[in-house]
Amino acid sequence: MAQVLKKLTTQVLKPNNVDTIVGCTGLRASSTWWNNVQMGPPDVILGITEAYKKDTHPKKVNLGVGAYRDDEGKPFVLPSVRKAEEILHSRGLNHEYAPISGEATYTDAVAKLAFGEDSPVIKNKSNCTVQTLSGTGALRLGLEFITKHYAKAKEIWLPTPTWGNHPQICNTLNLPHKKYRYFDPKTNGFDLQGALEDISKIPEGSIILLHACAHNPTGVDPKPSDWEQLSKVIKERKLFPFFDMAYQGFATGDVDNDAFAVRLFVKEGHQVMLAQSFAKNMGLYGERAGALTFLCGDEATAAKVMSQVKIMVRVMYSNPPLYGARLVQEILTNAELKKQWLGDVKQMADRIITMRSQLRAGIEGAGNPHPWQHITDQIGMFCFTGLKPEQVERLTKEFHVYLTKDGRISVAGISSQNVNYIAEAIHKVTS
Amino acid sequence: MASRFQGVEQGPPIEVFLLNRLFTEDTFQNKVNLGVGAYRDENGKPWVLPIVRKMEKQLAADETLLHEYLPVLGLEQFCNASVAMLLGEDSPAIAAGKAFGVQVLSGTGGLRVGAEFLNKHLKYDTFYYSTPTWENHHLVFVNSGFTKPRSYRYWDPKTRGIDFDGFIEDLKSAPENAVILLHACAHNPTGIDPTREQWMKIADVMEERKLFPFFDSAYQGFASGDLDGDAWAVRYFVSRGFELVCAQSYAKNFGLYNERVGNLAVVLNESAHVARIKSQMTWIVRGMYSNPPAHGAHVVAAVLTNKQLFDEWRDHIKLMSTRVMQMREALRSELVKLGTPGNWDHIVKQIGLFSYTGLNQRQCEYLIQEYHIYLLKSGRINICGLNPGNVQYVAKAINDAVTKFPDDHDNRAKL
Repeated sequence: MAQVLKKLTTQVLKPNNVDTIVGCTGLRASSTWWNNVQMGPPDVILGITEAYKKDTHPKKVNLGVGAYRDDEGKPFVLPSVRKAEEILHSRGLNHEYAPISGEATYTDAVAKLAFGEDSPVIKNKSNCTVQTLSGTGALRLGLEFITKHYAKAKEIWLPTPTWGNHPQICNTLNLPHKKYRYFDPKTNGFDLQGALEDISKIPEGSIILLHACAHNPTGVDPKPSDWEQLSKVIKERKLFPFFDMAYQGFATGDVDNDAFAVRLFVKEGHQVMLAQSFAKNMGLYGERAGALTFLCGDEATAAKVMSQVKIMVRVMYSNPPLYGARLVQEILTNAELKKQWLGDVKQMADRIITMRSQLRAGIEGAGNPHPWQHITDQIGMFCFTGLKPEQVERLTKEFHVYLTKDGRISVAGISSQNVNYIAEAIHKVTS
Repeated sequence: MASRFQGVEQGPPIEVFLLNRLFTEDTFQNKVNLGVGAYRDENGKPWVLPIVRKMEKQLAADETLLHEYLPVLGLEQFCNASVAMLLGEDSPAIAAGKAFGVQVLSGTGGLRVGAEFLNKHLKYDTFYYSTPTWENHHLVFVNSGFTKPRSYRYWDPKTRGIDFDGFIEDLKSAPENAVILLHACAHNPTGIDPTREQWMKIADVMEERKLFPFFDSAYQGFASGDLDGDAWAVRYFVSRGFELVCAQSYAKNFGLYNERVGNLAVVLNESAHVARIKSQMTWIVRGMYSNPPAHGAHVVAAVLTNKQLFDEWRDHIKLMSTRVMQMREALRSELVKLGTPGNWDHIVKQIGLFSYTGLNQRQCEYLIQEYHIYLLKSGRINICGLNPGNVQYVAKAINDAVTKFPDDHDNRAKL
């Protein structure tokens, strides 16, 4: 673990953080237990937000953190969530311990949302679905389960690139992780051939992580026909698909569309694992509402898996926090609220899509020579602009536009107020 | 249909939850649940603290409060207030910047994050837990990477008190850097706490043997009704110059069981280490659940940082702990009235939610099967499950059980 952290330190270290580290190692030794604790590497995205906060420039823009913002740049509490909160409060529920796996009404509802109301895998009770601490909790629990109970190749293949925390969770679990091609920097699109080639060589039985929709950080999703090809080769290699679905509804604005890949794989007979998050699509970020599903083939196996998952939950946090889950449950099981929610999530997705259009139009309109179609081809909260690190640095230093070094922007941070400014800035640093 | 997980074995059920399920499914009219450790009012119902209801209403109406992510290490206000509540507002450790808190998922989460940190970064691999202890302690530490679990003697069935000599002997033979799991107050499951003199002796030995204190504080305020009194042991160790960690839970004292609110308090000898330790704990949390749930922390922080609300909360704790003490008295009194064989003083000597009754497994089974009174086979009962409506029934049942199945082993008290 110490070795891995040292490596991460070198990778992510930014000049302005070196002082802190040098400062610490320069300390005199004292008779405490903690002397040998190394300074952990700083979190890249949090670092950007901190720098943004300190900046006093009037036109500064934060395109770093992946949290939705409305057209005024403000956090958005979904009307359906507000309504659900009112209902919840009027019920005067108590705070007694939840079951270890979460309330059954919650897990049933979220499984149906993901797999479809009439999904056979739910009907035959072959799914083991547990409430988790949002998406991260689901990934951690699922991967830890694999390290303890999966008999085959305990290695996981991640798309290139992927969410920064994916490999970190794997490292924490000492689960070897490797990469398959995904993003094509030449086209700023999906590298189907590269992916198929790499996947066809993955050792049988390995786990393959797939982003169900709205890939983070690139925003590049495979087309339906691409998914069909992926499904085929994954089946041929007998790989174990683990879907990370953090943006259902948020990508196209339609929850069923966004679950296409997951449902296709289920139809094709894959027994997938699925991590779900309600952080973005219900704006419940800090309440940590999520779920993990194993498709186990039959009810009996699902029950056995459940018994083991519960033991793992018990030794991590005993049972899950209910506040967020109760809101999700309320929304999904109340027809009127659910309808309202579907509208809210479409509204968010539509605003993102509109901002993508306007950003692209702004850059192209300035006469910029480079192709910018990928801005509208990509989907979801994030966009891999294709900007190089030097260009990113200029964007931040000269224009006070904050984004990650890899050129990723959070489209949610764009508004009608700042889209022209951002377009102009991108144009300037790329011409 | 074939599955990758066909070979997965059915995991053993966790006793206390199985018991709860059996209780729920039982249709017997006079059934009594003395199993799960949650507070119940005099009608046997869960009790949402009025201050919690009030704060939740207030928070719901607060338009500025959204559902944004908390920092990885939690709501700072919450953490600071928790550390102050534990160590005392004017603790020199706090003033010197040597103490900090990390918001965690209730007590279990605090134990897990603390144990992970100690194992991964200080390389500690040996931990000691009391005999008996909360059933989850052992597995949490083992799953955090500790390879050498050891126990120290604690409950003495002969005296129904602490086997203090055994306790000290076991500490004296512990290797340097062993992590010693200590219950800050209201020991679970026995309800017997060391006296202050005993805590001092424990500290002496731990200092001499260079052992690391890991306190589990799940009942601050709930034990004696006094927050400061219940924190005495932790504060004493800090005053002795120990570096330590303490997992604080708000499940019972705030009744926020299902919101998973807790704080891991860390006390160091040098404030200079704080930043590094926080940075590593950040990575531990990030790899587990990214950041903690917001709701419960907002409620607790709002109360702890407002004098009036804090006082209101103190009244609630007093109410709960008083009711518990009253039920202890009531049970003992009923048992004595019935002429129940045995000495039942330990019931009122013990403190907190639980009582180690001294009933053996056979007697416990009888209580469950014959009387539909649910308790752990260790003889642990949750005193909160008692109320004026059922205490006589329970006493009668216990009387019957010990009479029918007199304990012929030496380890049962001779009356």
